[in-house]
Amino acid sequence: MKPRHKRFVFIGLGLLALGVATVLVLNAFQKNLVFFFTPTMVANGEAPQGQSFRIGGMVEDGSLVRDGDGLTVHFVVTDTAKSVPVTYKGILPDLFKEGKGAVAQGKLGADGTFVASEVLAKHDENYMPPEAAEALAKAKASGAQESKSLVVPANKKDSL
Amino acid sequence: MSTGINWAKYSSPQALYPLAGRLIPWFSVVAVALMGVGLYMGFFVAPTDFQQGESYRIIFVHVPAAWMSMFLYVVMAIWAGIGLGLNARPSFMMAQAIAPTGAMFTFLALLTGAMWGKPTWGAWWVWDARLTSELILLFQYAGVMLLRTSIDDVRRADRSSAVFALVGVVNVPIIYFSVQWWNTLHQGASVSMSTGSKMAATMLIAMLLMTLAFWMYSIAIILSRVRCIMAERESLPAWEEKPVTIQKIAEAR
Repeated sequence: MKPRHKRFVFIGLGLLALGVATVLVLNAFQKNLVFFFTPTMVANGEAPQGQSFRIGGMVEDGSLVRDGDGLTVHFVVTDTAKSVPVTYKGILPDLFKEGKGAVAQGKLGADGTFVASEVLAKHDENYMPPEAAEALAKAKASGAQESKSLVVPANKKDSL
Repeated sequence: MSTGINWAKYSSPQALYPLAGRLIPWFSVVAVALMGVGLYMGFFVAPTDFQQGESYRIIFVHVPAAWMSMFLYVVMAIWAGIGLGLNARPSFMMAQAIAPTGAMFTFLALLTGAMWGKPTWGAWWVWDARLTSELILLFQYAGVMLLRTSIDDVRRADRSSAVFALVGVVNVPIIYFSVQWWNTLHQGASVSMSTGSKMAATMLIAMLLMTLAFWMYSIAIILSRVRCIMAERESLPAWEEKPVTIQKIAEAR
């Protein structure tokens, strides 16, 4: 082997080792790298207890209730398997809608209600004109397929 | 960047310098033209989005910039690797020339992302895996450039910044797949090899035109930067240019 071949082999092996190390590290920190926990993870006790965390999922259809003060809202975040009721006082982002994704930061109360201090809207990766969206909604009503990758973990991707 | 060119022939600065000089105007013109068409399509032809309204239009800058930021890093790392393997100076020069453009696109992606995040998510910035790893990419570009300037000996500077660039390449797949591997606020990929496109056709065409425009821009700017680097490092031998031009460069230094 010529010296330069040796150097390339060395670089290749170095990158390979680095890649393996990265995979191992990322796997070890898997839990710290998620931006939010799904209601199922919360139900399984995977979310941190007694401290602030984020919960994410779909805002359940028909669950959004606004209090008399016009600021406090109640809604239910679901991943279709489990759901968690959320209370939030503040201004919701424009894209916050029932049936769409949302991420809320706050604490889980003793009664199982999540008291949020911040609510973010999570939109999906589909872009289309409103007419196309209407057509899709009609097609969906008649049982056709649609994108399924909004907020739900890989094994539960049948929510949208 | 000059793939498709016989590098064996152009691996010497003496041959690359004039070639780059001839190519730059072409790539620049194509870049400006594509950018014009792409922006026009993006802002005036592409339809409004069903859920985000007009604010989604920043995608026509955001996504191409983010793609370029990752792509340029990989290209830079490849040149760095070739430079280390072959001990080839022009490869190191290419790697050096790519870094500032890559950093610029990373910054652009982060900036447009913040401008997009506020109206849609409700936050300028969140520490989710996609955004954080892209920010780390910006630091990596900065690190590569800083490491180079902090070492006076050119050969040592080349080699150490090349090692830095190569090590950092692990972050690129992390950025790309972060939205699949972890729960993130950032949405998944709209365009991918495996699932095709999830955008209306005109939106997609405008975005791809902008991507192509950024490619052409990058090639033009990197070639002109590599010319500067060559002129700087090789103490200006008269490879091609008229004596007046060299005189000007010498005075500018």
